[in-house]
Amino acid sequence: MSGKEKLDKRKKVKYKRSFGDRLISVLTYVIYSLFAFVCAYPFYYILINTISSNDLSARGKILFWPREVHFTNYAQVLKIPGLLQAAKVSVGRTVVGTAITVTVAAFLGYMFTRETLWHRKLWFRMVAATMYFNAGIIPWFITMMNLGLTNNFWGYILPVAVQPFNIILCKTFVESVPKELQDAAEIDGAGTLRIFFSIIVPVIKPILATVAIFSAVAQWNAFQDTLLLVTDEKLYTLQYTLYQYMNQANSLKALISSSSANVDFSAILARAQTTTSVRMTVTIVVVTPIILVYPFFQRYFTKGIMIGAVKG
Amino acid sequence: MKKFFSDKKKARGFKEFLYITPFLVLVLVFSYYPLYGWVYAFFDYRPPFPLTKETFVGLKWFQTMVGNEVRIKQLLMVLRNTFAMSGINLLFSWFPMIFAVFLNEIKCTPFKKVVQTVTTLPNFISWVLVYSIAYSVFNSTGVVNSIGMSLGLIEEPVMFLQSPDHIWFKMWLWNTWKNAGWAAIMYIAAISGIDEELIEAAKVDGASRMQTIWYITIPSILPTYFVLVMLNLANFLSNGMEQFYVFQNAFNKESIQVLDLYVYNLAMGNGGYSLSTAISIFKSIVSVVLLCATNKASKLIRGEGFI
Repeated sequence: MSGKEKLDKRKKVKYKRSFGDRLISVLTYVIYSLFAFVCAYPFYYILINTISSNDLSARGKILFWPREVHFTNYAQVLKIPGLLQAAKVSVGRTVVGTAITVTVAAFLGYMFTRETLWHRKLWFRMVAATMYFNAGIIPWFITMMNLGLTNNFWGYILPVAVQPFNIILCKTFVESVPKELQDAAEIDGAGTLRIFFSIIVPVIKPILATVAIFSAVAQWNAFQDTLLLVTDEKLYTLQYTLYQYMNQANSLKALISSSSANVDFSAILARAQTTTSVRMTVTIVVVTPIILVYPFFQRYFTKGIMIGAVKG
Repeated sequence: MKKFFSDKKKARGFKEFLYITPFLVLVLVFSYYPLYGWVYAFFDYRPPFPLTKETFVGLKWFQTMVGNEVRIKQLLMVLRNTFAMSGINLLFSWFPMIFAVFLNEIKCTPFKKVVQTVTTLPNFISWVLVYSIAYSVFNSTGVVNSIGMSLGLIEEPVMFLQSPDHIWFKMWLWNTWKNAGWAAIMYIAAISGIDEELIEAAKVDGASRMQTIWYITIPSILPTYFVLVMLNLANFLSNGMEQFYVFQNAFNKESIQVLDLYVYNLAMGNGGYSLSTAISIFKSIVSVVLLCATNKASKLIRGEGFI
């Protein structure tokens, strides 16, 4: 039987379509549409509120489409003291943190495949074991305090630099690369580091992309470390600032009135910032990078599930 | 000659070891050294004084944990919340599986793709953003109250986020909103691994769609489900704290505080570093016992463990 005939035959074999089956089919579409709506609508709702008249928005009048569209919220939000700094910190930790995590994962993943490495298995086990235990928040916090990593930018980076699961992913990938490549380079006189940079890194790029995207998302979303380690406002991240805006609406009000004191009075109701408009605008600003990279990393999902399962 | 060669190899191995030392130091410092911090549970620790200046109090904090009625009441409350939330999670843990099974039945590929994309997205935003979204949608001028009021369903805005009513279930709902689509991906992968022949054969035998699902699809992905349930059981006491931290407020605190959040609040709010370390040690011990027990149970039931 040729492939096409097989396909035709397969098409002919169908379920007996009973009334019950059809009902289930319709129900499935309805339920999944609802679920998708519930997941997507809140994002849309916040977006249309940020570009509509702030007055209407604050009174809860913007529900399905934008009204009196304007984009001043996005310009004004930059004027709020501290927000630009928070954005810089968030971008900084995402870029630096991801670069370091990826480099470490690639390098250690490669080194743990080097049979010459002194006590290779011992070190590998030492690193891998850290996936399974955790000293708890307070001992960790005290350690960070003793190391001077509270109120320190490196407190965001160093504790997550060595990620055992990423290392295992890279190690597995390096192991699947033909050993002959390394052997040939070795005969040509290349050293350990030379092999890493000129042979391993170019070959394992796909897995590095996976690791990079997942650690970038984790860095961008991180909240707990700021909460625990940072009291210096200069080091607040966007996530933390947004959290504060929601919990301390009064202090936010003070920030707004100080920053928009020189706004023209004629447009004040529709365009003047309200706590609602600021909160929603910042939410969109924080969520946008995730939505932008989302299509690119969808294809890494299955690998990511393994990362996610381990990182919890 | 041979000896020289092996020495050279050894030297190289040692050099390679030197390359990775900085990273090993990081692991030691950030993962192993904090374990030493468990000794704080046996001291009366008040930062920033170093440990040498603190008084050794033995098991005092472990006794304090259940020492007076207020503490016992608090601990029981926290345990009740933890058990309730983990229990609800466990009870509904089949949801992502069913979500995947019926999603797989949809024949219209674009629709399927859209649903999958949209429902997976919330997994990639932080709990702070989830809270911000919840706040926007459910506060007194949010869309839910606005629509409810204009339809005359409610007289005045309902304080969804402030009220402590049904908070355990609400937390499960938010968790599902955030994670269900993502959790389903694993099952979708498992379903795509099912042998086509099996399903064909069932169809030829005249099985209805529900019968195919019930007798073929679900039994094939049950092992995956089982492993996840076991992991859930092992993590019964660890719900994490971020979700509950962002959703907590003065009104719902009594019913939202889970063990992880309690440990944090106790230390950061009241400076009870030692007491909270004692509680987290207690939690770790129970967790290890749970992990071993579920692993044993898994061995008994399925003939293999999961660790």
